Order: sequence, then C-alpha cells, then structure tokens
Amino acid sequence: MQKEYQSVKEVFGPILYVQGVKDAAYNELVNIIMPSGEKRKGQVLETKENMAAVQMFGNTTGLDTLKTRVRFTGESLRLSVSEDMLGRVFSGSGEPIDGGAAILSKEKVDVNGSALNPVSRAEPHDFIQTGISTIDVTNTLVRGQKLPLFSGNGLPHNELAIQIARQATVIGGGSTQSKHEGKDDFVVIFAAMGITHAESSFFMQDFQKTGALERAVLFLNLADDPSIERTLTPRLALTTAEYLAYEKDMQVLVVLTDMTNYCDSLRELSSARQEVPGRRGYPGYLYTDLASLYERAGSVHGKKGTVTQLPILSMPDDDITHPIPDLTGYITEGQIVLSRDIHRKGIYPPVDVLPSLSRLMSLGIGNGKTREDHSGLSSQLYASYAEGRDLANLVAIVGEEALSERDKKFLHFSNQFEQKFVQQDFNENRTIEKSLDIGWELLSLVPETELKRVKSEHLEKYGRKFRK
Amino acid sequence: MAILYKISGPVVVAKEVKGGQINELVHVGQQRLLGEIISLKEDTASIQVYEDTAGLRPGEPVELTGYPLSIELGPGLLSTVYDGIQRPLNEIREKSGDFITKGIYVPALNRDKKWEFTPTVKNSQEVVAGDVLGTVIEYNLVHKIMVPDGVKGKVSQIKAGSFTVTQQICLIDNTPITMMQRWPVRKPRPIKEKKHFELPLVTGKRIMDSFFPIAKGGAAAIPGPFGSGKTVNQTDLAKYSDANIIVYVGCGERGNEMTEVLETFPKLIDPTTKKPLMERTILVANTSNMPVSAREASIYTGITIAEYYRDMGYDVALMADSTSRWAEAMREISGRMEEMPGEEGYPAYLGKRLAEFYERAGRVGCSSSDDKPRNGSISAIGAVSPPGGDLSEPVSQSTLRVARVFWALDSSLAKRRHYPAINWLKSYSLYLPELKNWYLKNVADDFYEQRAKALFILQKESELQNIVQLIGPDALPESERLVLEAAKMIREDFLQQNAYDELDAYTSLKKQYWMIKTILYFYDSSIKALSNEIPLQKIVDSKIKTTIAKLKYTKDDEIQKTCSIIFKDIDTEFSSNVLRGE
Repeated sequence: MQKEYQSVKEVFGPILYVQGVKDAAYNELVNIIMPSGEKRKGQVLETKENMAAVQMFGNTTGLDTLKTRVRFTGESLRLSVSEDMLGRVFSGSGEPIDGGAAILSKEKVDVNGSALNPVSRAEPHDFIQTGISTIDVTNTLVRGQKLPLFSGNGLPHNELAIQIARQATVIGGGSTQSKHEGKDDFVVIFAAMGITHAESSFFMQDFQKTGALERAVLFLNLADDPSIERTLTPRLALTTAEYLAYEKDMQVLVVLTDMTNYCDSLRELSSARQEVPGRRGYPGYLYTDLASLYERAGSVHGKKGTVTQLPILSMPDDDITHPIPDLTGYITEGQIVLSRDIHRKGIYPPVDVLPSLSRLMSLGIGNGKTREDHSGLSSQLYASYAEGRDLANLVAIVGEEALSERDKKFLHFSNQFEQKFVQQDFNENRTIEKSLDIGWELLSLVPETELKRVKSEHLEKYGRKFRK
Repeated sequence: MAILYKISGPVVVAKEVKGGQINELVHVGQQRLLGEIISLKEDTASIQVYEDTAGLRPGEPVELTGYPLSIELGPGLLSTVYDGIQRPLNEIREKSGDFITKGIYVPALNRDKKWEFTPTVKNSQEVVAGDVLGTVIEYNLVHKIMVPDGVKGKVSQIKAGSFTVTQQICLIDNTPITMMQRWPVRKPRPIKEKKHFELPLVTGKRIMDSFFPIAKGGAAAIPGPFGSGKTVNQTDLAKYSDANIIVYVGCGERGNEMTEVLETFPKLIDPTTKKPLMERTILVANTSNMPVSAREASIYTGITIAEYYRDMGYDVALMADSTSRWAEAMREISGRMEEMPGEEGYPAYLGKRLAEFYERAGRVGCSSSDDKPRNGSISAIGAVSPPGGDLSEPVSQSTLRVARVFWALDSSLAKRRHYPAINWLKSYSLYLPELKNWYLKNVADDFYEQRAKALFILQKESELQNIVQLIGPDALPESERLVLEAAKMIREDFLQQNAYDELDAYTSLKKQYWMIKTILYFYDSSIKALSNEIPLQKIVDSKIKTTIAKLKYTKDDEIQKTCSIIFKDIDTEFSSNVLRGE
C-alpha cells in the first residue's frame, strides 16, 4: 500500500511537513525522492489528519517544496538480515559501502525491535575473559551484559575497545552448549556514529590485520555523514546482533561508538520539533530512548546466542554527571571509567578502577567460573587501592614523612597497583589466573593484618607464595 | 465512535469522544491497544497508550470502556510477575514468545484454576464491606475473601467448595459475590482509620535496624547516584524484611535486575515460613524498554495490590525501584501534552503525586464490622535516582518532604566498596521516638543509649577527619586517636555488611545489639587503659580487634557467649602489665 505525495509544505531542519496525507502510520518508513531523482529514507514522527511530519535520515540539501515526492510505504523500517552480513561494511543507514552486493534475504526485521519480556531473560553468568586485568578481576564482564566505556576526548578508548573485541573469549565454566560447537569466539558488530575517518580507519585496519573482519559487521556513520542518520545506526547494529544471536546461535559483541554523538543527534531532532528541552537541551525522553538501545543486550532462556554491549561515550569535559553518562549509568550494568590523570602517568589502559563497576560481576566469578578467591581478592584490591589513593591526597598536603609506616605501605601499594596491575600492553592478553596472581603479588606489599576482605584459606593457597 | 486524530509518541489524540471520562480505559486502534484518557477538551481527548504506538494511523477507531484503569484482585496474585498494567508476563510469553507483541490480552488472574474456599460466615449473617466471607490457601498464606466495597447485607447461598475466581461463592442480599474483585488503581482502597506506628520493619541490615529504622507502615526513601547500590538494597529488603507480603515494583529499571530477582527468589527460603521467598512476593516489572505510559501506571498497580493484602490484615512491604523513572514517565507524558513545565521540566503536580503515593502507605485499621477489627500495614520504600547524584532536584526534594526515613546512599562509600553505602551522617529516621518502647522492651533496655553513643563517635570522627586532612593523624591527642580507632571499627566491623555472604547478609536485632556493645566496650576500656598509661600503639595493635571484626560471621545463638568471652579478654588484656611493654 504505497501512496505518493508531492505536497511538502515545509522543511524545518531534518523534518519535512507533508500536507494532505490521509492516514500515515506513526513510525512508518517513508521514501523521499528528491528533485534530482536521488532517493532518501525517512520516518513518520507525527501523524494527524491531513498532515504528517517526517524525519529524514539523510541530508536535506536539495529538497524543495514543489518537486520533492514523498512515498509512504505502509510498513515500519525494516532491515534485511542474514548470515551473509558477516565481513561486510554498511553505511549508517544500512547500505553496503564495501562495493559488495545488497543483502538479499527473506527475513526482514523491524529495526526498533520489541521489548524483551522480562521473564524470558536468562540471568547472564558466563564469564568473558577480556585479557585485561582491570576488567577481568575488578570489573568482570559477563555474556549478555551492557558495560559502557566512559571516556573523554583524547583518551585511548578506541584502543581498549578493539583490544576487548579482539581478545574476548568465554572460558572455564561457560555454558556448555556453545562450547561443543566451537562458537565461543565473539562476532563483533561495530556501529560507528559520527566518528572521524581516522578513528574509523584505525578500527578497519585492526579488523583487517587480525582477520577479525570476517567475523564482524560494520555500520559506519562518520563525522561528515548526515547526523540524523545516527539515530538509526545503533538500531541497525542491534537488529543484526539480535538476529545473529537469537536466530543463529552466535555470541555477539556490539561496540557502539560514540554514544555522545548519538545523543547530540537526538537533541538536534528534538529541538527541530520544538519540544520542551530537559537537562542541557537534551529531550526529556533521553532515558527512555537510550534504554530502548541498551536494553537490547541480554541472553534469553532457551537460546544459545547472547548479545553483549560495549557502548563507548566521551564525557563532555570529563564530567560524569553530564546527562549522557549519567543516564547511561542508570541503565547499563556498570561502567568502565577511563581517567585522564592515569593516562597522563603514561599508563595504558587508563582505567580508573574506583568509579568503575560491573554490576553483574558476582554472577560471573568464583569457583567453577573463574577462581574461588576472586571475589575476596577483588574487594581487597579495591579497598587497599582506595586507601592508597586517599593517602596520596594527604601526602600532597602534609608530605610523605608525616605518614605512618603502615600508611607508607598502602601508598606504595597503590602506585605499584597502577604500574603492574592496571598497566598492560595493547597486545597483552592476560589469563584470569595471571591477573589474579598479579593481584596477590601486589597484596604482599600490605601488612597481613590489614587483609580483612580475603578469606584466610585463600591467602594461604594463593597469596602465601608471594609473601616473604 | 471516537476516532484517532493525531499520533505522536505514547500520547495520542482522539476526536468525537462522546461521554468519555478522565482516567477512563479505552481501546485504541484496530489492534485494540490499551490506553487511558488523561485530558478532555469538548469532544477531543488526549489518551496515554500503554503499548507502543508505532503503526497507528489517524482515522482508526477508539473504543470507550466506561470504567477506569482497574486491576483484578483475588487469589492467584502471589508469586506472579506482572507488567505495569497487570498483564501476567509468564502467560504473555507463552502466547507471544520472548518479545512482547502488541495488543495482547491475558487476564491477570487465572480463570480456570480452582481454589478451595472455606466460609467463615454463615447464611443469613449480616456483613459490611471489608468483612471476611471465607478463606482460601494461597501457597501458605491464608487469603481472606472480603466483601467488596459498597456491598452490605445478608449472606445467602454460601458454601464450601472449589471455585474459580469468577464463580459465585455467595449472595449478599441480591448481589452475586465472586472471589475476584476489581479496583481502579488510582483510587486508594478504603480503610477505617490510620493508626500509630508501633513496630519496626526488621530488615536485618545493621545500619537500617540499629541506626535508622523504618516502622511497619512507614515510608522510606533511598536516593543515590548510579552504582551506589539502590537496587541491591531494595532486593535485600525484599528478601529479609519481616513483612508477610512483598510487592516489588521494578519501574523503568534494568531487565537483567528483574531476571536476578526472578531467578534468585524462588531459590531463597523465607526464614519465618521456610518456604521459597517467591511465594510471598508479587513482582510488577516494567523495565526501561517497555512502554513509558505503563511505567507511569506500574506504581499504582503495585500499591493497589499492596493495599488489597493489607486489607486482609497483613504487613506488606512495597519496594518501588525507581520512583525517579516514574516521575520521568510523568514528565514525558506531560511534555507530550504540552503542559506548562515546572522545575526541570517535571509537571507542576509532581510533588502532589509523590505525596499521594507515599500516603497510601501506613498502618491502618482495615475496613470491616466494628466487632471484627483487623490491622494491616504497608511500608513503602522508594528508590530515587537523582541525576548526577544531586539531591537538590525535584524528585528527591518532593520525596524527602513525605518520606520519614532517609537512607542516603553515598557514591564515595560505594567507590571504596563500603556496602551498604548508606551515609551515617546524612541519613535519618523520624520513627525513632515511636519505636523506642518496642526496642527497649524487645532488644535491650540500653539499646538507644548504645546507638546514640556509636553515632556520637562517628560524628566526632568526621570532625576529627577535617583536622587530620590538614595536619595528619599524628598531631591528634591520643584520646582522640582512640575515637578514630573506634569509629573505624564501627564503620568496618559493624556498618559494613556483605549482602552476598550467607551469615553476614542478615543480622538479627540481638546480634546487632551485641556487636555495637562489644565495640563500645572495647572503646571504653581502651580509654581507661590509656589513662593507666598503656601505650596507644599497643591498644591499636591489639589482637582483640580481629576477633571483634569476625563477629559478623558469628551465629546468632553464639553471639552472647562469644561477646562475653571478648569482654573478659578485653578486661584481662587492658588491665595486665603485658601491654605496657616494660
């Protein structure tokens, strides 16, 4: 049921007002044929008798109110999905840009997805080894989790993301079903929103170099691509991810970068619609909108595949209370925070362990999953590092001489923690045992009476050998 | 027939609405999506739709139902998981698969299941609204079937037997009565009177029970930035608090958190009944990706269910996680209606709505005949998620005006993994005077003294910390360094509690009392020891501190014995010359 109108009344920013439209459906897909014959996509934002407001995903340059034709397709925005998408590169609106053919598939899926029934969700509990100590030991990632990287401009979040994507693997007590089939390596869906060509080619090169491209699907909306298209890109990526995970039993890792650009596009759209702005001009429904993306991570009862999300966002001015990181933190299951101070010390990855958190950690660690001492050790490392960092602040005021012997040990511990535990090479893939052992080795710098959070039998079994 | 005129997000506009009422339930469009009229202007109505509105077109029909958004109350509520408008999610999954499809209708209470009904009144007895007609056993709870509101008269044709919720169990005058009744969610269920608070809601969390207790029937707020442990605290309260019924409303929060509740509760055993915790729990789950209008309704659905069980005379605890998401849903809908925004874009009636919600909590005399009084309570505990952790925002402020317990979550505590991350200096409870008698009688007659003393030490510590920040701890006089030591013990050995440790997760009041008492005894003795010229370092290094730190892991029935041994050890150690190191 396609209906075509040539009655564009007004173009306002990315929004077209089409007159005389009888019964456009809310959220319906629209094809726009420009005077030049070029085709663009759009979506109905508001519909009422005789008028439809259409949001255009592409550039509005060249639109006019006379010749432009608007075709209402009668269906929602759908993506053709198939396994052939692996190894392919698409634009931010889902067109192939690698010179290959379009994806032909009988399966077309609504990109907005439906809400997963909470009772269908399976509790995520399979430990993912990322090979990065600060994640594996202190902020464990599990399959089906959404764990964002909170970063800032100029920090190496892209390097960290690609290192995680390259190294992520399920080991130990991972679910048995998938292990038999050798499908433990992750398929990576990469959605770029408004990142620069340089950043994008960094990802592409690394994917090509390591051969990971074959098991990846890329959706690229770069900084000079239309900004409104960015509101679509993560939905395409997640739709692909859900298909591969729930229909094709794959373990999928979705990297979304940079969520800040996504939110800015949403704000642009909202202001064009003249909506009442919320904090910092972002729309009041930013939380709901972000949730409709992030909540598409998960694992489902009776399905072998899972969707794990690794969104990246750059905090404007490193401000964690800015609406974007703030609302993200309320939805995601923890966050990995990168710190400029640690970066300045020359430490890679500059993960600030203290504000970082993985909420699902307790589900993925312990006996049979990682190691029995994991929980206590991690908690002890945290507490000791926090104490050391406090002391570092104190030293700035009173000088190191004023510290007691005990306090000096903690200060030394926290420095070594950053140098040996946090610091690792871009290509260094540490096993969980190795990471835990580094933790025990560092704890040998702290007096034994202060180790209140580790069980004494674990100290004997794993930590004793490092203590003099 | 009313028809759709405009669609834009979750609020739609219909024209030619004749005889529509505010809050009336409507079916929208060909798919018959559920909606509710929220404003009327002549024959034009704004309708908030409880399902995704994608695909709706102008011109589609809108059907009025004639009654307000209501939920079904009766046997079969316990251990069920509902969405924000009381659709049972398990049944929906059976019908439509893992993803929720639109326009699906499943009754909230199972229509086929039969319940064994035992009458408690006889034929020709006079009853009034709220009186108990009989009982059925729902799991191991005596579910009382009550006379619906507005009905009174003479009972006839009542008999024992098994009935479904829609079958007639008796007549009252000429009104047929079934076990199921309906209630409009936005209207509080009637009560006879509000009562004074007398009992605490025992939670097993030391900082809550000992320092900032909530009364049964009380209202508490847990505000905190993300990552400070709101949800862990809420689920812990759902697990361990000594209420008969738990209603847990997951309002706009994470799907995986509901999953965690769903997977752990059936396995956990209720310490009082020895049955799975799920059997006393009702979940209302409207996760953040589910429609925003239903999120707005979910809080009302939850509290109405809570009121229903309260009316039977039970103590109900309602956890709402998070009321900020609820307020944001209100804001979103208000924005779509182009209402004039109040502070931070929230509607001007935000404070009123929050107050109305918390006021539905309370300890009440249930409505019934005067010769058969029953008391019930609803304790409401609302999580608040202030943006950026800034409590000056409208939802936190409006909440603090009505909630009488404030558990202030603190991200700096969470960062150092001090859990529960409740700040002892900022939190308060206004129920302390009302609960004093109960505590002194049931726990210990010096409980309030001990509590006050411990809080005094913590307060003193924070003052001393300011000095330490400037000049270092060594500059303090020795007696003040003992205060720091004692405060550290209170913080680490008493307030810190591991929700994931079997023995530590729940602490009985008696054990809480002995733990504080022991720490304070150590402190008092160390002050004395200091004046007896025992060197400070020896006190600080005392091995007894390690024993005290392990009290957390001592079993309830051994606590008194263990503590009296520690008392003796303290006496010997601090009075002997061994410590003087001469």
